Amino acid sequence: MKYMLTLISEEGGWDDVTPEQMQAEMSRWEAFGKELEQAGAFIAGEGLQESATATTVRLEGDERLVTDGPFAETKEQVGGFYLLECENLDEAIAWAKKVPLSGGGIEVRPVMDYTQYGYEEPQAAEASS
Amino acid sequence: MLGDFDAAEEAVQDAFAVALERWPADGVPDNPGAWITRVARNRAIDRLRRERTLAAKRPELEALVALRAEESFGDPAAPGREAEEAGGDDVLRLVFTCCHPALAPESRVALTLRTLGGLSTAEIARAFLVSEPAMAQRLVRAKRKIRDARIPYEVPPPGQLEERLGSVLATIYLIFNEGYLASGSESLTRGELCSEAVRLGRMLAEVMPGRPEVVALLALMLLHDSRRAARTGVDGELVLLADQDRSLWDAERIGEGLKLAETARAWGPRPYVLEALIAAEHARAPTAADTDWERIVRLYAWLAELNPSPVVELNRAVAVAMARGPAEGLALIDAIDGLGAYGPYHVARADLLRRLEHPEAVAAYERAVELAANPVERAFLERRLAEARGSTPRA
Repeated sequence: MKYMLTLISEEGGWDDVTPEQMQAEMSRWEAFGKELEQAGAFIAGEGLQESATATTVRLEGDERLVTDGPFAETKEQVGGFYLLECENLDEAIAWAKKVPLSGGGIEVRPVMDYTQYGYEEPQAAEASS
Repeated sequence: MLGDFDAAEEAVQDAFAVALERWPADGVPDNPGAWITRVARNRAIDRLRRERTLAAKRPELEALVALRAEESFGDPAAPGREAEEAGGDDVLRLVFTCCHPALAPESRVALTLRTLGGLSTAEIARAFLVSEPAMAQRLVRAKRKIRDARIPYEVPPPGQLEERLGSVLATIYLIFNEGYLASGSESLTRGELCSEAVRLGRMLAEVMPGRPEVVALLALMLLHDSRRAARTGVDGELVLLADQDRSLWDAERIGEGLKLAETARAWGPRPYVLEALIAAEHARAPTAADTDWERIVRLYAWLAELNPSPVVELNRAVAVAMARGPAEGLALIDAIDGLGAYGPYHVARADLLRRLEHPEAVAAYERAVELAANPVERAFLERRLAEARGSTPRA
């Protein structure tokens, strides 16, 4: 079963970081990524640029309104995600506990399985059309 | 193995239906637990096979609905009680799934009572002061999360067992405590919740033998529950521990609780063990005056070391006040931070101020009355408040 881990934390705090600290931080994430891949759990995962770079398209009736900023102006923002293949929720939680985030939290959510509603997998649907 | 919570729950309940039909005629098998597990497994396989077939053949879906209605699956009145006698493995898996930390505490409580306890959805709803549809909804949501997020239906591996067992014990203790001092209930206690918690504790002790915290929690609950009849007076009013008629205490529960507390103690100190030993001190004292408060102080100090929390500090302060006088206890209470919105803190503080004949007792009782969630307790505190007001002019 696929699970999405959404990483949510306060932004910033990188101004006074030394190159050595940055290096140490990067190697923690690399090591985690490697562990995910070796376990065969990794499907996808990315870090995002700061929410100041975000643009939100709001749906107001038939209108599509383009606004500056993230969907919600909160102190803690989505900063990245992982898409993982796990046996069950316990396995996904165990991975979430290992995410080398230093603050904030990680939301663990199962990915919708449309096949249980009788729909084909998207790829399969494309192939057959 | 059954890997699916719903299927297992239904299969276990099914197996009991079969047992109820057959055992009177055929006699009880030599090993009822194993028999139930075997029947449950066969039934689950039948069901899965049936469901797969039916999913494949849409026209037969209606037949399934009819079949389910006939067999009254998920009937709120269907007894879950008998899960107690089911194979220990199935019970354990159910317990750990119902008390999974990914479920909200109130959902854990509801699911545990419904699945492993003997209460119907309506009874659980009444006990927690919500409507029956709301409680049914809570149960449906929790089961849906188990299924959709794939909460594993299994006993956690050794590395996670301690932590997960903590969640199971906390859930059972939560059920007990809600029964012991019922919030918002017209009566002081909700005996059915205490009884359910004790029964769940017993069941857990049976399927997880040799676990000190499991035995200790059972001891603790038995010892507290032994005082149930003495805790309220003829008009349902609250009677304090010191004023209770100890002849009303349930000697059988005390005997069993003391024995279990001793067993748990031999395995070494743990939070629930220390709490059980504290409860045992009260149970052992023939009169309130005979209580060994110094020993209770020592046990609380130990508990504070293992499990530091402001609530433990509060209890220690009360024990100190009993052992060495209210002034020393009050000094400890006033040094505690973070309990400003905790009713028992103000109850204890008000009582010590009252005994010291301090005018601040009035304000402390006012705050305690404000925070009391149980009407019987509130009535008691209001009487004390009136007394305190009557004696303030001297200040």
